[in-house]
Amino acid sequence: MQHGKYRFIVGFLTVPLGLYALFVIWPFIQSIYYSFTDWTGLSPEFRMIGFGNYERMLEDEVFWKSLQHSLLFAVLLPLVTLGLALFFAFMINVGGRRRRGGPVISGVRGSAFYKIVYFFPQVLSIAIVALLFAFAYNPNSGAINSALRAVGLDGVQPLWLGDPDLALWCVMAVLVWSTVGFFVVLFSAGMASIPADLYEAALLDGAGRATTFFKVTLPLLWDTVQSGWVYMGILALGAESFAVVQIMTTGPGGPDYSTTVMVLYVYQKAFRDGQAAYATTIGVALLVVTLAFAAIVMKLGRRERLEY
Amino acid sequence: MGSTTAENHGAEGVGRRDLIKRSAALGLISVPTMSFLSACASGGGGDEEGKAEAGKKTAKNPLAVNDSAQMEFVLFDGGFGKEYAEDAVKVYEKAFPDATVKFSATQKIQSTLQPRFNQGTPPDLIDNSGAEQMDMGVLVGKDQLADLTPLLDAPSYDDPDKKVRDTLRPGIVEMGQFDGEKVWILYYAYTVYGVWYSQKALDSLDEQYPETWDQMLAVCAKAKKKGMAGWTYAGKYPYYIPFSLYPMIAKVGGREVLDAIDNLEPNAWKHPAVKACFEAYYELQQKGYVLKGTPGLDHIQSQTAWAEGKALFLPNGSWVENESAKVIPADFALTVSAPTGLDSSDKLPFGTIWASGGEPFIVPAKAKNGAGGMEQLRIMLSEASSKNFTGKVKSLTAYNGGTEGITLTPGLQGGVAALEKAGDNVVNPRIQDWYVQLQKERIGVAGLGEMMAGRITPAEAIKKIQGFADEAAKDDSIKHYKHQ
Repeated sequence: MQHGKYRFIVGFLTVPLGLYALFVIWPFIQSIYYSFTDWTGLSPEFRMIGFGNYERMLEDEVFWKSLQHSLLFAVLLPLVTLGLALFFAFMINVGGRRRRGGPVISGVRGSAFYKIVYFFPQVLSIAIVALLFAFAYNPNSGAINSALRAVGLDGVQPLWLGDPDLALWCVMAVLVWSTVGFFVVLFSAGMASIPADLYEAALLDGAGRATTFFKVTLPLLWDTVQSGWVYMGILALGAESFAVVQIMTTGPGGPDYSTTVMVLYVYQKAFRDGQAAYATTIGVALLVVTLAFAAIVMKLGRRERLEY
Repeated sequence: MGSTTAENHGAEGVGRRDLIKRSAALGLISVPTMSFLSACASGGGGDEEGKAEAGKKTAKNPLAVNDSAQMEFVLFDGGFGKEYAEDAVKVYEKAFPDATVKFSATQKIQSTLQPRFNQGTPPDLIDNSGAEQMDMGVLVGKDQLADLTPLLDAPSYDDPDKKVRDTLRPGIVEMGQFDGEKVWILYYAYTVYGVWYSQKALDSLDEQYPETWDQMLAVCAKAKKKGMAGWTYAGKYPYYIPFSLYPMIAKVGGREVLDAIDNLEPNAWKHPAVKACFEAYYELQQKGYVLKGTPGLDHIQSQTAWAEGKALFLPNGSWVENESAKVIPADFALTVSAPTGLDSSDKLPFGTIWASGGEPFIVPAKAKNGAGGMEQLRIMLSEASSKNFTGKVKSLTAYNGGTEGITLTPGLQGGVAALEKAGDNVVNPRIQDWYVQLQKERIGVAGLGEMMAGRITPAEAIKKIQGFADEAAKDDSIKHYKHQ
C-alpha cells in the first residue's frame, strides 16, 4: 500500500491548498503589487510608481503615530489581558481556601458564578461593547463621571475619550474588558486538565498560592498561554482594535491622532481619501509588523514541553 | 471584520489545538485588511460598448432619452429616506412607459459601487452621500463622471422657456464645478449652516440674538448665571465648529479670506480676521461659556444636551431638526441665525451665512444610460418633486422656491428667513468638499478641536493649521483646486 501514498495525500490537499492560495496568498501578492502603483480605488486606471508610496509612508507622521499605537496595543494588551485572565482563572480553579471535607483544590467561593459572569462580554459583539462604552465615557451624563459625582468627586470629571492623554487608555480598557473573559474560560479548561496530585504534592511540601501558581500552574499551562498571546496580539493589531477606535473615538482617530491605529489608517486611506494604493502600502507594513510579532512570541515562548 | 469573536467563542471549552488553528486562520484573514480591496480592482473597462443609443429629441424629451433603455438609480438611504426618490422614479416611469427603472437604496454607497466603477459598469444616477461617500475629487480627477452641462442647459421641467440652471439656488452650479466650466455634481438638498438655538430659551433670558461679539459674551454671561452654558458642539467631531466659524471669518474679513483658505494659499490662515475669530471662540472656552464636557460628546450627545436646554447655541446644519426631532421639545421654537460678527467694522453685514448643497447626485461617465440619469434629475428639480421633498423630509432643495403652499417646520422656517436676510451674502467654503481629510481630521480634530478644548491657544492652532494647509498644498497625491 506504500505506492500511491503521495498521490493520495496530494489528492486530498489540492482543494484546500488551492482555496488557500486563491483567497489568502493571491490577495497578499496583489496587495503588494498595488502598493507600487497609484491606484485610487475608484477607477480601474493606475500606473506603477515604484517605491513612491513607501517613501511617502516613511515621512508620514500619522503613519508613525499609528504604528506606535499598534505596537503598544500588541505589547500591552496581551500582557494585561492574559495576566488578568490567568489570575482570575487561578482563583476560580485553584486559589480557593481549603474547605473541610471538600476536594483538595477548589476555586474561591462562588467560582461557578464568576466563570459565567466573566464570559458575559463575549456574548456581545465588539461593536455593541464599543457603543456601550462610548456612552459610559460621556463626560456629561456617562456612567463613569456620574459615579464619580455620586461619590462626591465633583472635581474629578475627566473628558475620557476627549482627552488626548487618556483616550488611548480608555480604548485599551474596553478591549481588555471585552476579551478577558474568553481567556479566563480558556485557561480554566487548561487548568482543569492539570492532574490534582501535582497540586497535592505541592501542598504537602508547604507551597503557598503564589508558589503553586508560578511553579505548577504556569509551566503546565505554558502552551495555552503562548497561543493565547498570539491570538490576543492579532486581535490587538487587527479587527478588534479597528472596531473600538472607529466607533468610540473622536474623529475617529482620537483628539490629535492620539488613538489612531494602523488598521484604521488603512481604512481611512482606502475608503475615505480614495488612496487605495497607499492604503495597501500601510497594509504591507501591518503585515510585516504582525509576522514579526508572531515570530517574536514564538521564539520567546519556546520552552520544553512538559508531559504529564 | 469584527464578527470573528462571536463565532469563535461559542462553546466554552475551546481546546488548545483548536485555538491555535483558529488564531492562525484569523491572523491570515484579519491582518491584511487591505487584501479584499484587491479583489475589486483591475476589472478592465467596457468603454463605449453597451451604451444605450440616443432617443429622439423632442420638447418633452430635451435630453434625447432612449425611451426603452433601462435606467439604474442608486440612492443613499440616509436621513432623507428614499420615498422622495421613489416618487420621482414613478414620474420617470410614466414619461417612459417602455423603459424599466432599476431603483435601489443603500447606506453602503462605496462598498456597493466601488467595484462597479472599477469594472467600468456603474449605474446611471447615484446619490453619492453619507459616511461611505466616494471621494469626489478622485472621481473627477480620474474622469469617472459625466459633465452635467446638458442637463443644466435643458429647459426646466415646469417652464420650457427657462433653463434648468436658472431655476437653481445660488451656489449650486458652482459647487458642482471643480476646475473649469464643467459641472460634475448636482447637489439636490440645500443646507443652511449657522448657529441653531431655541427662541424660547433666548426669550427667557430676555435677550435678542447677538450681532456683535460683545453682545454674544453678554448673552453667554447671562445664561451662565441661570445655569445654562452658552455653547456646545460636537466635541468628538469638531469639524462642526466651522459651520459658524467660517462664515464669521468671511463676515469679519470678507469673502477673499475664505477663498484664500480654500485655495491653500500660503499664510491664508494668518489673516488678521482668522486670528480675531479664533480668539473670539477661544474666549468662549476660557470664560467657561462652553458646556462642560463638550470635547467628549459626539454630535448626537451634544445635540441632546442642547435640546435639553443645557446649552444655548449650537453650530450645526439644517439637518439637525430632523436628526434630533425626538429630543427637541415641541415648544422649543427652533431657529437659526447667521453667525455673530465682531463689531461694526466687519466687512460684510450681519446675516452673512453659509449655505450650500447637500446630497450630491452624480452621473458616471461610463453609465450606459447617462441621458436617462440626467432626465431623472430634471424631474427631481421640478417644482412638484421639490415640494414633495421639502414636505416629506423638512429640507430645502436646490430648486429655488418650492416652499409656497406647504407648512414649514420651525427650523425650516428659520432657515428660509435666514437665507432671505442673507440675500447675496451667502458663502460657500469649498475646503469641506475639496480637501476632506484636511478639513475634518487636521483642521477640525487636531486644530479647532484642541483649541476649543483649551489645550492649545489660538496662535498655536493657527500655526498648526497653516502647517497642515501647507502640507496639503505640497502633497501631490491629492488633487488641488482653485476658485475660479
